[in-house]
Amino acid sequence: MANHTIAHDVYVPFLEKKGILSWILSTDHKRIGIMYLISISFFFLVAGVFALLLRYELLTPTSDFVQPHTYNVFFTLHGSIMVFFFIVPGLAASFGNFLIPLMIGAPDVAFPKLNLGSYWIYLLGTVIVLIALAKPADTGWTFYTPYSATTNTDVVMITLGVFVLGFSSILTGLNFIVTIHKMRAPGMTWHRLPLFIWASYATAVLQLLATPVVGITLLLLIMERTLGVGFFDPAKGGDPILFQNFFWFYSHPAVYIMIIPAMGVISEIIPVFARKPIFGYKAIAYSSLGIAFISFLVWAHHMFTSGISDTAATIFSFLTFLVAIPTAIKVFNWTATLYKGSIHLHSAMLYALAFVFLFTIGGLTGLFLGALASDIHLHDTYFVVAHMHYVMIGGTVMGFFGALHFWFPKWFGKMFNETVAKIAWLFIFIGFNVTFFPQFFLGVQGMPRRYATYPAEFESLMSLSTYGSWILGFGIFIMTINLIAGLINGEKAPQNPYGSLSLEWQVPSPPPLENFEEIPHVTDWTYGYGKKK
Amino acid sequence: MGEASVEHTHGHHMDPVVEYKSSKLGMWLFLGTEILLFGGLFAAYAIFRAKYPEMFFEQHVELNKKLGAVNTCILIFSSLTMAMGVSAIQRGKQKATAILILITILCGLAFGVVKYFEYSAKFHHHIYPDTSIFFSLYFMMTGLHMLHVFIGLAILAVIMVLTLKGKFTAKYNTPVEVGGLYWHLVDLIWIYLFPLLYLIG
Ligand code: HEM
Ligand SMILES: [Cu+2]
Repeated sequence: MANHTIAHDVYVPFLEKKGILSWILSTDHKRIGIMYLISISFFFLVAGVFALLLRYELLTPTSDFVQPHTYNVFFTLHGSIMVFFFIVPGLAASFGNFLIPLMIGAPDVAFPKLNLGSYWIYLLGTVIVLIALAKPADTGWTFYTPYSATTNTDVVMITLGVFVLGFSSILTGLNFIVTIHKMRAPGMTWHRLPLFIWASYATAVLQLLATPVVGITLLLLIMERTLGVGFFDPAKGGDPILFQNFFWFYSHPAVYIMIIPAMGVISEIIPVFARKPIFGYKAIAYSSLGIAFISFLVWAHHMFTSGISDTAATIFSFLTFLVAIPTAIKVFNWTATLYKGSIHLHSAMLYALAFVFLFTIGGLTGLFLGALASDIHLHDTYFVVAHMHYVMIGGTVMGFFGALHFWFPKWFGKMFNETVAKIAWLFIFIGFNVTFFPQFFLGVQGMPRRYATYPAEFESLMSLSTYGSWILGFGIFIMTINLIAGLINGEKAPQNPYGSLSLEWQVPSPPPLENFEEIPHVTDWTYGYGKKK
Repeated sequence: MGEASVEHTHGHHMDPVVEYKSSKLGMWLFLGTEILLFGGLFAAYAIFRAKYPEMFFEQHVELNKKLGAVNTCILIFSSLTMAMGVSAIQRGKQKATAILILITILCGLAFGVVKYFEYSAKFHHHIYPDTSIFFSLYFMMTGLHMLHVFIGLAILAVIMVLTLKGKFTAKYNTPVEVGGLYWHLVDLIWIYLFPLLYLIG
């Protein structure tokens, strides 16, 4: 403790030390957050390229760009990388790591070394999957048996990689739960916590409870392929539907691992730029936990057409509708916060507004899929693809971009060009809708998903969707360039450019190495905008 | 002062009480995820047992109840020595702790040896994981458990060495306690596996 005295009178920003080792061996949650951010952004772009290739193949009805098998590989890689490398670990680990200690007034997470370990386990998982690319799987990201147990592509490696990623996810979630329980600054009571923290908490609970189940499921699949274990193989008396039950017991909650952190981000951005206290704080906080809880009861809505009993299907359909309640509470509260606020259309706010709008469409179309009768018709059509992307891009990715623009000055101490950011947003917003809105119509008309070719009658909607993907891709390209340019030679960022009240903005940008010179004493909640001063 | 000392201050802000409570909560949460991991297998067991009651009944007799029972006793005994080790370090007795952990480790190794003979006997009789659903379950459940035994042994070995080096005292012994918790879990899971597979088939 003797050398404690130094550091405190001089401000040492955490980015001060240079060199690769100061990154890869750092146990500083801020650096680990940035390492996650860089990794997941990289994988987002890689998977995005596969998306553009997929759409390019679908420009014309015939398969003239790639053969159907290659197309299967493309959508497997696109889906798996997006889900397992980007969106599941994504927001939770990058923004969670950076923000949780700063927001609750702690010097770091509870287990800094474990935190670094989780990052390395994440990288290990991605490397294993990269090895699998020699003979890439063609099963789709769901790895359904019996096909996944018999195809001669390398399913073992990719599932092993995902299994390892699962460990990383569990350990991160565990670290965050303990941090939020034990490391809050004096006065930071549960009901004063920023909503992003509540969201991270709910996400971490889901990571902890759901991930082990997918872990064992993938392990069993690996064992089927290597040792000939027969749980999923009908020829050996096994049950392929069992795989689907196990898989969705994880993957439905995983949908909320993807979306809840983004909801947390939106709850931070909206009150700051509406200059109003958030409406219904407790309802938003507890609805995150509510969603987490209900999400465990609804997995079988992915299996209405797999031959489950009518009674089971009806119960699961009903339970599915229940999730709409906590979700609607949130949307209602955000809208109420916006109502009569003095709204500043900063780029981060534009992404937040896009989130509320697009996620609502995604959620409402989910109800069609949750209802038994319409799901039978829409199952495995482009309606599902559209719904899923409205939730995942319209929801999570918009939240992710919003978070990037919102906290960029805090993380890096630099500003980006706001005008360019808005232009990029416009391209992304338009491009996204042009890409995915037509797919609702395609689905209703019966266009199935996962095909490299399609009947000529769908050509106009299909090619429209492909043009949209180019606009969307262009928007993401501008956004990326703009942020990188800001990083390299942006203006110096002030400590608190938007006048936010939460703790991370009360320290210099970028934050000092040990976050706070002195652990703060919290005396009020975070959302008292427009009241004081 | 150089940068090294600045870096050094980082992460030393945690006070020991918080650290102790955090480690314990962390370990309990982790044990929960371990149980969920096995939970998938238990669910599969329940489903297939309901589906093929005759198969389970006919095939479970192939398992060696005696060896299973011996192993059960070994593990329960090792849990006891581990618990004694934890209480010894809480009273500051480092040497006694190290010896008790050593006994625990030896029990773990003995468990592994017995398992080795059990598995070889099965292979000798041409019983493999793909023989039937029942044996798939048997090998998956005991195999995953065995893996946990090995991880537990590695953890205990590290803790024993650190104890010998005098790292733990009556005041600071969180790793011993947390490592002990892990070993109890390994024991606990076996206590469920043994009757499910060997006795009630
Ligand atoms: C960047 C723009 C994106 C475009 C243009 C795009 C395009 C596509 C297309 C065309 C498919 C259909 C493949 C087929 O059914 O044959 C697909 C599937 C999929 N996409 Fe995306 N995608 C994008 C972003 C994302 C994001 C951000 C995620 C996040 C998780 C995602 C997750 C998935 C998944 C999981 C599938 C698999 C669907 C299935 O199982 O059939 N996509 N995407
Ligand atoms: Cu679902």
